[in-house]
Amino acid sequence: MSGAAAVLHGSADHAARFESKAATREPALVKWGILAVSLTFFGIFLLLPLITVFVEALRKGWDVYFAALIEPDAWAAIKLTLTAAAISVPLNLVFGVAAAWAITKFEFRGKHLLITLIDLPFSVSPVVSGLIYVLVFGAQGWFGPWLSEHDMKVVFAVPGIVLATVFVTFPFVARELIPLMEAQGRDEEEAAVVLGARGWQTFWYVTLPNVKWGLLYGVILCNARAMGEFGAVSVVSGHIRGQTNTMPLHVEILYNEYQFAAAFAVASLLALLALVTLVIKTWVEHQAGKSSQQSEE
Amino acid sequence: MSPTRAALRPVLTLLAGLMVLPAVPALADATLLNVSYDVSRELYKDINPAFIAQWQRTAKEKLTINQSHGGSSKQVQAVASGLEADVVTMNQTPDINVLARQGLVAADWQKAFPHGAAPYTTNTIFLVRKGNPKGIKDWSDLVRPGLQVIVPNPKTSGNGRYTYLAAWGYALQKTGSDAGARDFVTKLFANVPVLDGGGRGATTTFTQRDIGDVLITFENEAVLIDQEVGGDKFDVVYPSLSIEAAAPVAVVSKVVDKRGTRKQATAYLNFLFSPEGQEIIAKHHFRPVDPAILKKYSSRFPAVKTFTVEGKLGGWDAVQRTHFADGGVYDQIVVKR
Repeated sequence: MSGAAAVLHGSADHAARFESKAATREPALVKWGILAVSLTFFGIFLLLPLITVFVEALRKGWDVYFAALIEPDAWAAIKLTLTAAAISVPLNLVFGVAAAWAITKFEFRGKHLLITLIDLPFSVSPVVSGLIYVLVFGAQGWFGPWLSEHDMKVVFAVPGIVLATVFVTFPFVARELIPLMEAQGRDEEEAAVVLGARGWQTFWYVTLPNVKWGLLYGVILCNARAMGEFGAVSVVSGHIRGQTNTMPLHVEILYNEYQFAAAFAVASLLALLALVTLVIKTWVEHQAGKSSQQSEE
Repeated sequence: MSPTRAALRPVLTLLAGLMVLPAVPALADATLLNVSYDVSRELYKDINPAFIAQWQRTAKEKLTINQSHGGSSKQVQAVASGLEADVVTMNQTPDINVLARQGLVAADWQKAFPHGAAPYTTNTIFLVRKGNPKGIKDWSDLVRPGLQVIVPNPKTSGNGRYTYLAAWGYALQKTGSDAGARDFVTKLFANVPVLDGGGRGATTTFTQRDIGDVLITFENEAVLIDQEVGGDKFDVVYPSLSIEAAAPVAVVSKVVDKRGTRKQATAYLNFLFSPEGQEIIAKHHFRPVDPAILKKYSSRFPAVKTFTVEGKLGGWDAVQRTHFADGGVYDQIVVKR
């Protein structure tokens, strides 16, 4: 994933160079064979299910489709999902930039430990990510009695859902920035400092412009996961309709209630959000490719 | 302005816009949270508006009732961990006993409402594919080699627990010994290809994923499947002996005292025992405890010979200890597979 934004662009030129020389050209059979295999795989495992979602969603017509989306519980789920994403993405943006900055620009003890810790949410199962919050903030958890005395709710309420979302989307921005900033080194910042720039000036005018596309790419991935997260959120949600159900949880509930058209309608909205994310991602990759080419010239 | 800031501006504006969306809908005067088991969703969808209307008439107060559903033991775990349920409506006594032991529910909760605080019962029956191609008539047919039986997990769902106990009770009656019962139940669970977490999950496995020859589930769930998924695809089979599954309810004292909702919560549960509540219950194919209402809907409820956990198996505490505790008979049987 790291640095993918800059690398992917230009792969077309690369492939064309290979194809133009007889020595590196694969036989036609191999070429079409590989193409057929990957396209079949893509069609069966990715495209077909995606199409099914939309077909099932519209099976009972547009009226049912829109009714499912404006129904109060569905609307509450949509708002909660967007709220959780709107809080967790900016938080992780700030954290990710700070962590990447600290790791690539400074030398300090425990740096490798920090890098490992940033990756933790990737390696831990989402169910565990949810359970840790129940164990810490639940009624029998460490802070449970204190929270209850002060009439504050964390788990089985919106704060718990936001916390779980922040946790699972923790690594995306930092993981995207660290290799990029490492590759760029400190030369430009050092030059800026020599020329009299202050800390913030260096950051705004030198560092940030250099990493902006990588940063945006990380934010997009972070947002996609924040909206789609199921496991961790399911554990801390308490499943109260209209209050603590996010879109993925609402889809499950509708499906379990035999409301298949409605379940797929909400699922299709989630899929649409994902497709929009993909389009933005492609655009970012394109821009990143352009800007990296410019800087090479 | 730097190019970076210019590029990020629309993104930031969008995020700022999303922030102001209210996360929680506006609250009415009083709210109740009913934490319930998996397959009672449709019932409370009808009970709640009826009670809200009645409460508006009698107490002149606007009430909102929120619902949460899932596998019963999982739901109880959530309540024990701090999910603020005003009332719990479960499908087996042990679940509420867990809350009673933690002091969330009064120790004598079964005396707080009529009929041992259970407004309805149901029993465990079979659902087979149309025309009953495997000729399944009774429990004894379920242990035939090669047959696939769908049952929810007895560890996490009351539905699965009743299935296990119903099979045990049947074999106990037939063989007359615990060893015989154990042998029978072992053979039965050897035929289970998937153990779903809750009753509804098992239903989906059987009806949507087309796995299994027979689904063992509650009567109300089986009848609901018949109506919702299509009556031309399944048949309901009543075994010669079944278990009576009483669905107990309780007020969560600790929560209602804190939130000041004891009055509403108690009235809500009492409504379940009223003729109006019992009618709604009967319409959802749960067997009402009110004899008059049961008689009125007798065409919906074929006579079934049933036994109870208290009557035949020595009560829930004993059953919990011998069968479902860690390392108990159920664990031993599943490990043997």
